Amino acid sequence: MLHLILFSVFGLICVAGAVNLLVQSHPINSALSLVVVMGSLAVEYLLLGAEFVAAVQVIVYAGAVMVLFVFVIMLLNAGAEEHTKGSIIALALGVPGMLIAAILIAWVLVTKSGIHPLSLNALPGHPKDIAQLLFHDFLLPFEVTSILVLIAIMGSVVLASRPEAIEHSKKES
Amino acid sequence: MSLTTFIIVAVIKVALTLFILLTAVAYTVWLERKVVGRMQNRWGPTRVGPFGLLQPAADGVKFLFKEDLTPPYVYKPLYIAAPIIAVVCALTSIAVVPVGNWVTVAGVSTPLQITDVNIGLLVILGITSIGVYGVALSGWASNSKYSLLGGLRASAQMISYEIALGLSLVGVLILSGTFSLRGIVDAQAGHFWGFIPNWNIFRGCQFVAFFIYLMAAYAETNRIPFDLPEAETELVAGYHTEYSAMKFAMFFMAEYANMITVACIASLLFLGGWHGPLFGPPILQAILPVLWFVLRVVAFLFVYIWVRGTLPRFRYDQLMAFGWKFLLPLAIANLVITALVVALRA
Amino acid sequence: MVPLSYYLVLSGILFTCGVAGFLIKRNIITIFMSIELMLNGVNLSFVAFAAQWHSLSGQVFVFFVMVVAAAEAAVGLAIIIAVYRTRATLNVDKVDLLKL
Repeated sequence: MLHLILFSVFGLICVAGAVNLLVQSHPINSALSLVVVMGSLAVEYLLLGAEFVAAVQVIVYAGAVMVLFVFVIMLLNAGAEEHTKGSIIALALGVPGMLIAAILIAWVLVTKSGIHPLSLNALPGHPKDIAQLLFHDFLLPFEVTSILVLIAIMGSVVLASRPEAIEHSKKES
Repeated sequence: MSLTTFIIVAVIKVALTLFILLTAVAYTVWLERKVVGRMQNRWGPTRVGPFGLLQPAADGVKFLFKEDLTPPYVYKPLYIAAPIIAVVCALTSIAVVPVGNWVTVAGVSTPLQITDVNIGLLVILGITSIGVYGVALSGWASNSKYSLLGGLRASAQMISYEIALGLSLVGVLILSGTFSLRGIVDAQAGHFWGFIPNWNIFRGCQFVAFFIYLMAAYAETNRIPFDLPEAETELVAGYHTEYSAMKFAMFFMAEYANMITVACIASLLFLGGWHGPLFGPPILQAILPVLWFVLRVVAFLFVYIWVRGTLPRFRYDQLMAFGWKFLLPLAIANLVITALVVALRA
Repeated sequence: MVPLSYYLVLSGILFTCGVAGFLIKRNIITIFMSIELMLNGVNLSFVAFAAQWHSLSGQVFVFFVMVVAAAEAAVGLAIIIAVYRTRATLNVDKVDLLKL
C-alpha cells in the first residue's frame, strides 16, 4: 500500500514536471521542471531498490548535466521561445499525436503485459554487486564508453572554443 | 523498536541536530570575525556580550527586522526560490553525518546521527550538487550583470571542482569498501606500529587525497581563495548582490552550513571520525568521542578562517587551470596508486 | 505492491512527453532537454525490468545510458554555443542554411 502511494505521488510529480517542460516557454523553467522530473525519478528508483542508481541519477543528471544546461541558458541569455509558422504546425500535429501515442502505449502495456506485482525494494542494487557486473561482465562496453567520453570531451572543447583561439594556439606551438 | 518510539526518537534527533547546526553556523561566523580580526590586528566584535559572544543573536535580530526588498525587474519565482534551495540543501546534507557511536538513553538505543543510510556519502554529494542551483539561479533571477557573472562563475567552478572532489574521495572508499559514513569511520579504529592511529590519512597514505579534498572543498563552498562567485572587489558580492534581509541571511547560513558539513566529512573520511583516547568514568567515555569529533571539526573550520586571513584571491583562468590541470590529474594518479596498492595487498 | 505495468506506463508517458517536446518546441535547448527526458523514461523501464527479472544488468545499462547522455549533453551544448555564436539565434526554424 505504502509502495503504491509513494509510486503514485512521485509518478504524478514526474508527469507534471514533464508536461510543464512542454508548456513553459522560457527554457530556464523547462530546465528546472526537468530537474524535478529527474529528482522524482530518483525516488522511483529507490522504491525499486536501485539505491545506487538513484544516487547517481541525482549526482550526474540533476547535479551535473542539468547544471550544464542552466549554465548554457545563462551564458547565452536565452529568452522566451519565439513562435513561428513551423511551431504552430508542430503544435497542431504534435499534441494529438502525443496523446494518441501515450494512450496506445499505456493500453498495450496494461493489457498485454499482465499483472506482475513488484514489491518494495524488489532488487537491492548494492554498489558492490553493480561494480562486479560493470567491471567484470560488462568490461568491454565499459571501456568503449570511456573512449566515447574521451571523444566527447575533445569534441566539445574543439566546438566550444573560439576559432581565433585555436589559430592562436597553432601559432604558439 | 516500535513505530511510535521510532518517530519520537527521529523527531528529537532532527530537532536537536537542526538546533546544534544553526547555533554552530552562528558561532562559526563569530569565530571567523574574531579570528580574522586578530589576524589583522583588530579586536573583531566586542560590544554585544562578553567577547562579543552575543553578536550572532544581534545579527539575527537585525536580519529579521530589516526591510526585505525585492528589486524591480527580477524574475520573482526564482528570485524567491533560490535562497530557499541553497539553505535547504545545505541543512539537509547533515542528516546522514554521524557524530559518534551508538548511545542508549532510557532503554532506547540509537546512533548519534539522524539516519544511517548505506550510500551516505553519495547522498551528501547528491544534495550538495543540487545546492549549486541556489547560487546559479539567484544570479540569473536577479537580472543584474554582477549577479549573472557571479552565478555563471559559481556554476562553472562548482562543476569543475566537484570532479576533483569526488575522485579524491574514491581512494578512501576503496580502502574501506563501503559508502556508509559510519562504516568508513569504523574501518579507521585502532592503531598501527603501536602508536600511530589508523586514520585514512596515515594508514591509507591518503594525505594527497586529503589536500585535494581540502582545496576542492574550499572551491565548492565559495571560500577564499576560490570565492570568485562573490568577489566583493570586482563583482560587488556577486550572486547575492540583489538580496537583502532574511533572503541574504539564508545564503549566508547556507555558506556556513556547507563549511561545517565539509569539515564533518573531512574529519570522518580522513581524520578518523570520533576515534581518540578514551578514559575516565563511563559518562566521560560516552561523551569523549563526540568531543574528539567536534574538536576536529573546529580545527578544520579554524584552518578555513586562517586561509581566508592569509591568501589572496585567484584569477579566474588560474582557478580553472588549477582545477582541471593540477587537481584532477593528481586525484586520478592518487586513485590509481591506491587501487594498485590495495589490489597487490589483497 | 505495484504492478510492473504501472512503471512501464509511467516510463511510456515520459517518453511520449519527450517525443512531443522534440517535435513541438522550437528552442534548440528545450529540444535537447526533451531528448534527455526520453532517455530518462527509458531508464525507468530498465530499472523496472531489472527488478522484475531479478537481474542487475538492467541497472548497469542505466549507467551506460547516463554516460552516453552526459557525453551527448557536453557535445550538444558545445554545438549550441557554436550555433549561437555564428547565427545569434536559438530558434531551430531560423537555422536553415548550410553555410553563412
